[in-house]
Amino acid sequence: MPVEPVYRAEISRVSILDEHGRFDGALGADLIPDADVVALYEHMLLCRTLDEIAFKLQRSGRMGTYPQNMGQEAASLGAAYALDRRDWMVTCYRENAGLFWHGVPPELILLHWMGDERGNHIPADVQATPISIPIGTQMLHAAGLAWAEKLRKTGAIACTFFGDGATSEGDFHEAANFAANLDLPVIFVCQNNGWAISVPSRIQSSAPTFAQRGLAYGMESIQVDGNDLFAVVYVMRDAIRRAREQSRPTFIEAVTYRLRDHTTADDARRYRDAEELAAWEKRDPLVRLRGWLESRRLWSPDQEAAAKERSQSEVNAIVARAEGIAAPAAGDFFNHMYAELPDELRRQRDTMRTSSLGQDPSECSREPSPPPSPAHAH
Amino acid sequence: MANLTLVQAINLALIQEMELDDRVVLLGEDIGRNGGVFRVTEGLWQRFGAERVVDTPLAESGIIGTSIGLAMGGMRPVPEIQFEGFLGPAYDQLCSHAARFRTRTRGRFPMPITVRVPVGGGIHAPELHSDSPESIYVHTPGIKVVMPASPYDAKGLLISAIRDPDPVIFFEPKRIYRAFREDVPEDEYTVPIGKARVVTEGDDLTIVSWGAPVVDCMNAIEAGGRSAELIDLRTLYPFDMETIAASVRRTGRVVIVHEAPRTCGLGAEIATRIMEECFLSLEAPIQRVTGFDTIMPYYKLELDYLPGADRVGRAIEEVLAY
Ligand SMILES: Cc1ncc(C[n+]2csc(CCOP(=O)(O)OP(=O)(O)O)c2C)c(N)n1
Ligand SMILES: [Mg+2]
Repeated sequence: MPVEPVYRAEISRVSILDEHGRFDGALGADLIPDADVVALYEHMLLCRTLDEIAFKLQRSGRMGTYPQNMGQEAASLGAAYALDRRDWMVTCYRENAGLFWHGVPPELILLHWMGDERGNHIPADVQATPISIPIGTQMLHAAGLAWAEKLRKTGAIACTFFGDGATSEGDFHEAANFAANLDLPVIFVCQNNGWAISVPSRIQSSAPTFAQRGLAYGMESIQVDGNDLFAVVYVMRDAIRRAREQSRPTFIEAVTYRLRDHTTADDARRYRDAEELAAWEKRDPLVRLRGWLESRRLWSPDQEAAAKERSQSEVNAIVARAEGIAAPAAGDFFNHMYAELPDELRRQRDTMRTSSLGQDPSECSREPSPPPSPAHAH
Repeated sequence: MANLTLVQAINLALIQEMELDDRVVLLGEDIGRNGGVFRVTEGLWQRFGAERVVDTPLAESGIIGTSIGLAMGGMRPVPEIQFEGFLGPAYDQLCSHAARFRTRTRGRFPMPITVRVPVGGGIHAPELHSDSPESIYVHTPGIKVVMPASPYDAKGLLISAIRDPDPVIFFEPKRIYRAFREDVPEDEYTVPIGKARVVTEGDDLTIVSWGAPVVDCMNAIEAGGRSAELIDLRTLYPFDMETIAASVRRTGRVVIVHEAPRTCGLGAEIATRIMEECFLSLEAPIQRVTGFDTIMPYYKLELDYLPGADRVGRAIEEVLAY
């Protein structure tokens, strides 16, 4: 046969707790202990509260531009829950829930969006990189981190997060290619929330799934309901096993939706239909998880009220900590430029000026040096 | 006449050039239905359709690389890079290709591309949304670099840039996008690339600046009451040495003000040219009031970084003390 298929592929989608509350007992059994589900739910609630307060802080001028995470909590949280503390989380800005679970102090994230670089100083014992602003760049860093862990034989792996839009950047493709061809223990989690600011995901990919992007580089690729915490944990465990045992990468497309504007500088009503939003509100990962807990009698209205109160006061304390940090000193932005500050930069810092360094106008009234005397002129 | 902000003036220029020349196409991230994150392209997608106002995939190298192809194919692309901090991925296409195509093809493929880029700090934006990288492109032979500081100039310069047969990076100082209005003719007009604007005339010193700091310079002059000649460079490459030199020969004293870091900033080139061409007229060392040689700080400290009116005012007094 002169023409025959040389390759066929298929992408699976994993869903365990669906939007109607149906739970797949086979896949979901013993996946997460009940007590952990309760803790994860409470954590999600805390993140949701923080997100709402952050929005208000921006609106009242106490914080700069802030990207709300609302609706996307399950993807990064499920991933962080499945990872070990020794594993790396390399994220952009819609992974608050996972980062906090992984140990990043929430006040640091607030501080970052309050325009304070100290918000990026992640404690030395937390394996996370700071929020990455240039879209699509951080996946290469994750590949490098995974590579280092592999060379050092630590058993740790890296998990990186990015949006659907980010998969259009060249760096994403380079990261996937490095990871697949150099056998790097890295997990790519694409949070496909349907939009890159105002641009719908079909402008980023004409394929039916984003998971195919991973497949194209020869790595295991799967789609998951990103608003289903159970399903995310399930696919992550599989990917983690592959990374740790075979040093192979995985691409996970977590299908989700941002329930708020891109950032506080955006107005999604300009480009999104109200019906689309309404449909996704019904798939809210927080509501879904609460429904599951209630159906198992693991959660009561009283517990809900108490948890809400707790998260409110905890968020108040987080905000107080972020706002309680004294403003950085004027020259602070010089201090970490180099291991050792070059003299010239030190001068700029100490004088806070770039003009007329080292020259004194009074010197120009100095008498010109006298001409040589005739006696010595031969 | 219409009383317009800088954003509106750019919007008007785009509309008029698109009406006039159907080879003009806009491409970029969020420039379509959303009208751009700064609303510079507001209403254009509705008016000209999705074929001429194109929301692209999120890829700056792709935006500039395909602009090069569009230009070779007879179009006049006007790509937008959403913030100057995201020129990074586009750098290769801009500097390895757009800047060099005319030369290396002996004129077969000129590059009539106008890259619009919001630039600079002072709007409380996140990291990489506040930089001033103009010198990098001024330093890249083959590219022209423009940065208007007023609505009138923005419209006239953008029209010139779009009509220019060579690649132009059109930096839009975002701090003054909506800071003030100015009377702008409703008809088409051009402001020539390569010509500076004398903002205020004066005898005691010359101040050279561009972009948003021009406004800081105006404030410093007003506060200090000195007779300063303020030159808004408008075009950064090729810059108007003639206007600078004529002024410096009269005043003998110079302050150069820019937001970009000092080392190898365009101020260094201007100072050297003044030294070469006006040495005998100089009465004082040339002063530079610029950004520091650091990463642009996060916004809590951005005012300490920016060359505000206070620092400019001090430099004015210092050059006059010689
Ligand atoms: C290199 C780069 N280009 C443009 C931007 C501006 N920008 C910030 S977020 C964003 C959209 C990102 O979309 P996606 O990757 O889908 O992530 P989401 O915001 O939807 O979570 C854009 C264009 C940027 N930060 N970096
Ligand atoms: Mg997205």
